[in-house]
Amino acid sequence: MTRAAFAALLSHWWRNPVQLFTLLAGLALATGLWSGVQAINAEARASYDAAASTLDEGRYDRLVARDGEAFAQDVFVTLRRAGWLVSPMLSGDLDGVRLIGIEALTAPAGMGPVTLGGDVNLAGFLTGGDQVFANAATAARLDGVEVLISDDLADDTAIADIGTAQRLLDRAGLIDSLLMLPDQPRDLPPLAQIAPDLTLQPAQGGTDIAGLTDSFHLNLTAFGLLSFAVGIFIVHGAIGLAFEQRRGMVRTLRALGLPLNRLIGLMLAELLVFALVAGVIGVALGYVIAALLLPDVAATLRGLYGADVSGTLQLRPSWWASGLGIAFAGTLLAGASALWGIARMPLLAAAQPRALAMAAGRRASFQMGAALVLLAVAFVLAFNADGLVTGFALLGTLLIGAALALPPVLNAVLAFASGRARGVTAQWFWADTRQQLPGLSLALMALMLAIAANIGVSTMVSSFRLTFTGFLDQRLASELYISTDSAAQTAALVAFAEGAGAAVLPIQSADVQIAGQPAEVFGTRDHATYRDNWRFLQSTPDAWYATFAGQAVVINEQLARRGALGLGDMVAIGSLTLPVAGIYGDYGNPIGQVVLALDAFAQEFPGIEARQFGLRVAGDPADFVTGLTEATGIGAGQTIDQAGIKAVSLAIFERTFTVTTALNILTLAVAGFAILMSLLTLAAMRVPQLAPAWAMGMTRGALGRLELLRAVMLAVLTAALALPLGLALAWVLLAVVNVAAFGWQLPMYLFPLDYARLGGFALLAAVLAAGWPAWRLARTPPGDLLKVFANER
Amino acid sequence: MTLLIVDTLTKTYATADGPFPVLRGVSLTLEAGESLALTGESGSGKSTLLHLIGGLDRADAGRIMLDGQDIASLDDAGRAALRRGTVGVVFQQFNLIPSLKIADNIAFQARLAGRHDAAWCATLAERMGLTDHLRKYPEQLSGGQQQRVAIARTLAPRPKLVLADEPTGNLDETTAATVMDMMLELVAETGAGLLMVTHSQVLAARLQRRLHLRAGQVA
Amino acid sequence: MNAKALILCLLPVTALAQGFAGLGTEVEGFSTPAPDPVFDFPADHGAHPDYRIEWWYLTANLEDADGTPYGLQWTLFRSALAPYEAEGWDSPQLWMGHAAVTTETAHFVAERLARGGIGQAGVVADPFSAWIDDWALEGDWQTLHMRATGADFGYDMTLTATGPLVFHGEGGYSVKSAAGQASYYYSQPFFEIAGTLQLPTGDVQVTGSAWLDREWSSQPLADNQTGWDWFSLSFDDGNKLMGFRLQQTDGMNYTSATWITADGETTPYPDGALQVEPLMSNAAGVPVHWRLTLPARGVDVTVEALNDDAWMTTSVPYWEGPVTFHGTHQGRGYLEMTGYD
Repeated sequence: MTRAAFAALLSHWWRNPVQLFTLLAGLALATGLWSGVQAINAEARASYDAAASTLDEGRYDRLVARDGEAFAQDVFVTLRRAGWLVSPMLSGDLDGVRLIGIEALTAPAGMGPVTLGGDVNLAGFLTGGDQVFANAATAARLDGVEVLISDDLADDTAIADIGTAQRLLDRAGLIDSLLMLPDQPRDLPPLAQIAPDLTLQPAQGGTDIAGLTDSFHLNLTAFGLLSFAVGIFIVHGAIGLAFEQRRGMVRTLRALGLPLNRLIGLMLAELLVFALVAGVIGVALGYVIAALLLPDVAATLRGLYGADVSGTLQLRPSWWASGLGIAFAGTLLAGASALWGIARMPLLAAAQPRALAMAAGRRASFQMGAALVLLAVAFVLAFNADGLVTGFALLGTLLIGAALALPPVLNAVLAFASGRARGVTAQWFWADTRQQLPGLSLALMALMLAIAANIGVSTMVSSFRLTFTGFLDQRLASELYISTDSAAQTAALVAFAEGAGAAVLPIQSADVQIAGQPAEVFGTRDHATYRDNWRFLQSTPDAWYATFAGQAVVINEQLARRGALGLGDMVAIGSLTLPVAGIYGDYGNPIGQVVLALDAFAQEFPGIEARQFGLRVAGDPADFVTGLTEATGIGAGQTIDQAGIKAVSLAIFERTFTVTTALNILTLAVAGFAILMSLLTLAAMRVPQLAPAWAMGMTRGALGRLELLRAVMLAVLTAALALPLGLALAWVLLAVVNVAAFGWQLPMYLFPLDYARLGGFALLAAVLAAGWPAWRLARTPPGDLLKVFANER
Repeated sequence: MTLLIVDTLTKTYATADGPFPVLRGVSLTLEAGESLALTGESGSGKSTLLHLIGGLDRADAGRIMLDGQDIASLDDAGRAALRRGTVGVVFQQFNLIPSLKIADNIAFQARLAGRHDAAWCATLAERMGLTDHLRKYPEQLSGGQQQRVAIARTLAPRPKLVLADEPTGNLDETTAATVMDMMLELVAETGAGLLMVTHSQVLAARLQRRLHLRAGQVA
Repeated sequence: MNAKALILCLLPVTALAQGFAGLGTEVEGFSTPAPDPVFDFPADHGAHPDYRIEWWYLTANLEDADGTPYGLQWTLFRSALAPYEAEGWDSPQLWMGHAAVTTETAHFVAERLARGGIGQAGVVADPFSAWIDDWALEGDWQTLHMRATGADFGYDMTLTATGPLVFHGEGGYSVKSAAGQASYYYSQPFFEIAGTLQLPTGDVQVTGSAWLDREWSSQPLADNQTGWDWFSLSFDDGNKLMGFRLQQTDGMNYTSATWITADGETTPYPDGALQVEPLMSNAAGVPVHWRLTLPARGVDVTVEALNDDAWMTTSVPYWEGPVTFHGTHQGRGYLEMTGYD
């Protein structure tokens, strides 16, 4: 019994290969989009982790030579014997690989993670055996050394003992820098005495960069979520149609005595087979998508961390698992309602057509009800969401609610248009479109989600880019940043700068507690740089004048949010209590900040001396540095050219943008495919519906053109409805999810041209999808149309 | 022995205009191998009666004993088994499986019932004049041919009772006569009981007994 | 950082110390101690790179002006990857320094790691100097200066010898197992010590007595021995006792002891003469009360830790802290226990 019934169910597909193709392709595309985004995300994270953990020397303060050159290793022993806990490092290029020499016994714990398998003889690592650590890909490029494989290392990076590195790089006795361990012993002799030629480079803190990267990942994660939602709708549509077409067969099978649960079981098994096949295709597809996009992602992260991100893809088992998992989960989720429908379907449905119609009506009103409930929840969450979980719940309810609301809204719009239509063709066109709507609604929901997701994510990325560019201009307004390591050097710098007509802006800070939050207080000199470049989120008039007069402070957004501080609120810093005159955006910084006038700072924190300075230089910064070095001995190693920092940051966003655009086009293509699939499936049912119009005098060509027009019109309506949804989505990402994740809100900018371009893409997808079915319709042989009347089935 | 006993069967449908009693206490019996025609106006309840006997629907009250079994006591699975093995239904709308070839359609119900007999199927195909069409799909056959396939399919598992609902209602007169001849002949040969709904007095006259329904009751 | 083994953790564990159990593994190429040693001073106060493991191990019982007791440890370990010394980074000699101060309520620990060949750590015999980073033990063995620092403590001490060197086992050849594993082992147990402890609560002037152990070998334990319990006890009557128990995987033990009179005469006791028995363990399962009996000398004492939590949270963890004892005799001393982690 089972075999006969299963063969009957499957026989449907052999007779209708296009339907089989659309079902499998829909499933595979949804899986592919999901696993592609996941793959990129996972690979980016893996690369990022490897890159970050291979060398986080940036976490530590470092001693470097004043002139930025390598120096003798004897200094290392001298400092150690004086009690300073420092560890030497040396890096250089070896066969195109960045070779990093470390001293394993003195390096800070947590540096240089290496996992070793089995019995590795490490004796050679420390005793000049020319052993280096590298991952398998990098190892293949290293000749003449023994490579210990460790996949935790980033690409193009090898780690060796400092002695081995000196030998391989031909720099005997030299080191680049000394890492300063965090917990130094008490009562150490001053560095200036024992290592006068070295200067302290403070830890980079890493938070600026980490903030950027995390946001990039959040961006991709949101995209993954949205692509999943789009995919589920497509799969749902494909499966729903596949079941709908076999209603007659299901009824006959049951009339012939196939038990219901057996039938459901068979259809479930069939679904799972399809999920497996489509899932495998989909994961492979996702791999291709990711492989095509990954070079851009890798370039993005390379911009952040130097040449250490893999530009190639590894087919990780976890992707297979997650890709197949999503194919199965999506299929089951989407198939559940179809199977439920089969289970509930009356055996003699034909006898009660009205009951069926009533059921459809009930489903429509249930759907609208569910949509309203979800949107209401989203509305409430929009005002109350304060964490990542509620933020993502808001995203989910908003998207699903809006998607469910789409068919009723479209129906209302069409009913309105139908009522207004003049002329018999127009009336028939609108009425017929309404009749088509149920069959197309899932595809249209997918299209709307795809457009909305693209609008949302594009808006988020672009807003982020604009904000950050402005922020970089504000924060890196000075042409040069210089650190000094003694009061004498500071005096020399100030003297030289005055002579050269440059303004010296000291950067000095103290760690304090404000409103129960850890915060940094900055003492700031009165200068036009601040008034001209810093933008406030909120401020009183003349905020800077009040601040520089010592009558007020300005604080960053993080402190304002966490300390619940607003304009005019009093802030206690030591013995001072001053009102807040302004709140500024401070992106990428984890903790609170207060800016205080320099004099007030000096009074409150007399022990703190500025050692870092921003310099406003009129001429070429390079000339200034040359002059400074000659005049004061402050070397290039102590100066930072801010143009370089800015260029790197901006390049990152260009790359992010490239990836986002590519993903935009992909999601739209998938949504377009969903439309194509629905239209193809509906095509067979269309013939009887169109035959009367044809019989009454409309040409087949005109019918085909109207079919195309109908698809385009529905796509335009859907896109129009997707725009507000996309903007709402962007708002959630910027104002809720970002705040929950990073503690700051990004201002939202609008990009009408981008939206128009996206709308164009969506239209193009719809035209491409509707084109073929319309063409086929226009070429339907008259005989087929006549059959409708000859043999009314 | 008595194959079928129907005892004061009632069935009411909910409609937009309120409850509509389709059957109002119908009783009948059918001996093994006996044939009975059910006639009546449209809406007299004859199709409903047939569906109830075939286990396609449930009665509100009354009793149907088929081959010694009370249908009302059967659950869904039990009634599915009844449809597979004991009764066969020939519909007005043929209800063939469009994606299966004719040979597979004929064998289909017998295979579901686990009683496939290739020789018997071949005999049925031959007797129904379908031998040349076995490798075709249903849509390639005429209506009369399709109904002959449906009849062959119904007889393939050798049911004890054949239910036929206007089996020739969709066919022209000449074709209908041919198909009816074939069906009656084969049913008689297999010794199955036959309960046929028809509105044609001519057809009804060809069966051994005849029962007229009017407004849900035996007239 | 995930579950990654770190180079830093990995190298010292595999190469430097290999855990105390690792001391039982045989390594080729190294010299091994032989009976009837002839020591050559001051040369033998220095390093012996052709032996795999060596230490300069000082413990002291101290008290301040109020009589508050303290314990102090200064140790320099040498561990060789190969039996030679070389200049520069290629040196196979690795060094590990441990410093600790124990009070009744606190235990301060610091560790330093270094490699030989570059001057960051080492020992020279004449004039005697043992150092790692800014930690040092230097002088002429009549008077020694000693200092060490950690993130939250430090000390600076002067030691003065009041008696001769003493040699354990047979003239400094100390057997560690029935199978014959042995080390060269001598001590200077007669140091008076004075100086300053730098503690988070402030500087403390202290005085007391100190015990310096010198030991080197290439395979000091048998392969079925997993750790030891070592006692150095100073009796109020001026006598001293060094004793240890080596734990074996078969549940049996190997004991050894040296009785040291006030004027430095020694009597070695073979396996079984000394009996040690754990009486009570701390929360971590390390015994901190012991019963020690040496019937040959009429000794039957209970040894108790000054601070139960003197756990050394170093690359290779162990327990090391000051003790007091009472019973047939009383006095104070030091206890070291390994193989409990």
